[in-house]
Amino acid sequence: MTSKPYDEFVFEPERYELRSPPAYYFDLDRREFFRVVGAGVAVALVCRSGLAGQEPGRGRRGSQESLPKEIGAWLHVGESGEVTVFTGKVEMGQNIRTSLAQAVAEELRVPVASIRLVMGDTDLTPFDMGTFGSRTTPTMSPQLRRVAAAARDLLVELAAKRWNAKPGKLKAEDGKISDPASGRSIEYKELATGQALAKAVIDDEPLTPPTEWKVTGKSLSKVNGADFVTGKHRYTPDLKGPEILHGKVLRPPSFGAALTSLGARAAEAMPGVTVVRDGNFVGVAAKSEPEATRAVAALKAEWKPVPQIPRRELFDYLKKNARPSEDRQETGSLASALSSADHRLEATYTVEYIAHAPLEPRAAVAEWRDGKLTVWTGTQRPFGVRDELVEAFRLPLDRVRVIMPDTGAGFGGKHTGDAAIEAARLAKAAGRPVKLVWTREEEFTWAYFRPAGVIEVRSGAHADGTLTAWEFHNYNSGGAGIRTPYEVGSQRIEFHPVDSPLRQGSYRALAATANHFARESHMDDVAHQLKMDPLEFRLKNLKDDRLRAVFQAAAKQIGWGGAKSSSGRGFGIGGGFEKGGYVATCAEVTLDRATGSVRVVRVVTAFDCGAVVNPDGLKNQIAGANVMGLGGALFEAIDFENGRVLNNLFSLYRVPRFSDVPPIEVVLVDRKDQPSAGAGETPLVGLAPAIGNAIFAATSIRLRSLPMLPEGKLPKVNPGA
Amino acid sequence: MAKVTELRINGKRLAVEAEGETSLLTVLRDQLDLTGTKYGCGEGQCGACTVLINGNPRRSCLTPVSAAEKKEITTIEGLATGGYLHRVQQAFLDEEALQCGYCTSGMIMTAVALLRTHPQPSDEEIARFMEGNLCRCGTYPRIVAAVRRAAERQRKSG
Repeated sequence: MTSKPYDEFVFEPERYELRSPPAYYFDLDRREFFRVVGAGVAVALVCRSGLAGQEPGRGRRGSQESLPKEIGAWLHVGESGEVTVFTGKVEMGQNIRTSLAQAVAEELRVPVASIRLVMGDTDLTPFDMGTFGSRTTPTMSPQLRRVAAAARDLLVELAAKRWNAKPGKLKAEDGKISDPASGRSIEYKELATGQALAKAVIDDEPLTPPTEWKVTGKSLSKVNGADFVTGKHRYTPDLKGPEILHGKVLRPPSFGAALTSLGARAAEAMPGVTVVRDGNFVGVAAKSEPEATRAVAALKAEWKPVPQIPRRELFDYLKKNARPSEDRQETGSLASALSSADHRLEATYTVEYIAHAPLEPRAAVAEWRDGKLTVWTGTQRPFGVRDELVEAFRLPLDRVRVIMPDTGAGFGGKHTGDAAIEAARLAKAAGRPVKLVWTREEEFTWAYFRPAGVIEVRSGAHADGTLTAWEFHNYNSGGAGIRTPYEVGSQRIEFHPVDSPLRQGSYRALAATANHFARESHMDDVAHQLKMDPLEFRLKNLKDDRLRAVFQAAAKQIGWGGAKSSSGRGFGIGGGFEKGGYVATCAEVTLDRATGSVRVVRVVTAFDCGAVVNPDGLKNQIAGANVMGLGGALFEAIDFENGRVLNNLFSLYRVPRFSDVPPIEVVLVDRKDQPSAGAGETPLVGLAPAIGNAIFAATSIRLRSLPMLPEGKLPKVNPGA
Repeated sequence: MAKVTELRINGKRLAVEAEGETSLLTVLRDQLDLTGTKYGCGEGQCGACTVLINGNPRRSCLTPVSAAEKKEITTIEGLATGGYLHRVQQAFLDEEALQCGYCTSGMIMTAVALLRTHPQPSDEEIARFMEGNLCRCGTYPRIVAAVRRAAERQRKSG
């Protein structure tokens, strides 16, 4: 491992995020394409790199009549002047429908209002692995820019031909090509009329540099915001059709329970009710939601439970059942560095399972027509869900279409196609389309959780403040953000996988939250041990300029140094690097000595994600990440027993509300010289350690478990010390 | 319980056919296709299903349709008039007070009710009144700003 582990940002999907990508064969005939989208000018981007295209090495097709296979995105300028952009990415509140439109507008030189994005439709959009890992801005945005730039060049060529002019002398601006020499101009729509012109470009088309951006880099309101404030936008649960039945699934009483008998006579006798039993799956379809609920209630099922570990044994279990580490980085000699250190410190951190709890629960509408299955569902992986359906129903790839309406949040929780498969199974049996919307209880129980984990840290430092030894073991929670950005001569960093007792998967920022919490809390303890200021200690051991810059920016904004911690009031700092973004967060907390209750009264986050695309949208994401992070930091935890989730309602599982949220100040470090990185996740990771460190500063109590204050106040005894 | 056959929604009388104990939310969404009102939890904890009944904010998921009979029901679809957004809707756009938008209808309905009884609320009053509405994307500070902006506009327009 080098001292700077991230010289080049490499896309490494985290284990909990990515399942094997399916083979994709985009195979649309050129004539068919224009029949579908209408006459005009179309440009497709052929991805040369595996990073962008996700499928390196496959040869292009030779035929003039078909479009190449490894397409990242495509764009069409129609006869009305409307620009239609096709991307497999999906919108769920992160606001990429807007930021990607900005990117296209920038290069194509058209108003944002003339752009329409078709997103996440497996029949219409090119294959995409999924919308996660903060990859849209660094990969899809440049791809769309390239497509748009190529389309602009194509339109310039068309105008040049028409006027018999040199393309280099013409200008593209505001949806028109003009010739400054003659004063002529022609609108894109005129150039596109009657055309069936398709062009494929490879992904090295030159782009407008950020310093010359006119549309991107500026705040832009959500492009279809009016649809949301009027209730007009239809999420999956809002889809309607005359034939649609309502589906409902009978859930087992506990995880892993097997169905031993089913009495369905009463339910089947209800008019219009179809009951499906297929292995352990039991569900009904009925004409209305109340009827479906009544039918499920009338089912008499017996289940055989399987033994489950209780929550109180969770962390022991994770330690004892760890498999050999698959991900291990080692440098220097840890043993000798530890033995020669002036100060040593060892601590254990834990993190509980938490739920995504997107406000729109999982939902799907499934329809079988002429042997083809179409499913509308809120998912971050439309193509992944398509493959799950292909597998579940043993269908050819082209017999399944998944369409993703803009969705009510995901946070990493909507990668799988559970609701889609269930709705499709019911629709198949009922012979009519079925809509299935999970209840909140189902969402809290039958989705998957952010992995719980145990993290052990051992460190050594010289009296002068130099960090010399760093040993870090993560059990189960994950490998994201596990590396330390600090300069440490001797290190061992390992991730130990475990077969999780509860179903687990991706979550916004993944394990980077837990790993940053452990690392940045530990750094704070070491600083305290060395009697150094926590910020000064970090900076002494940190070379990376961009990370230093955000630490300094956050500290300056909160008034670090001037704002002294006292008994009852504390300031803390935490930060790091992840997914191309640099973050530092400062938190201020107050303590009510009488009750032990702690309040976060101020949060400052400094963030550098390269060249900023949409400053206001970015601030919205950063503030939102902090609000979400507040829940996991302070009070969110899944409580379970005997394979059941005990807190499966919002009345039992507390998520942040209005009164929990302190003023959140965002400092954007706009680096126009750096490529734009994603921003949906990384702003979250500094918050928990910043709060924990602030609590320590105010109380000398170190909290080493997430959530830190499940009861809302300080524990009497510090468990991790 | 008797069946409910008519509801007064957004200034119109609409025919429905529902058992009295059916939730107003289900009737709005499934019978009247007024899907701007959302299901979020079914236990009155998230506020996504908020509508106004005689001007008061009510959780439609917990309201039996019989309890809403013969009363004036306003849903998110009934706020804009004559092609103009309600000032609260406009303020949400102006402050970009939404991310995924799923909570937005309920937030707006609650805010409309708040401004009816508290035309000039403080930030604390806004937070307190809207505490029952969840935004999982964490857009709370902007929602407070949007309500403040709408209050300001209401004051200026007298």
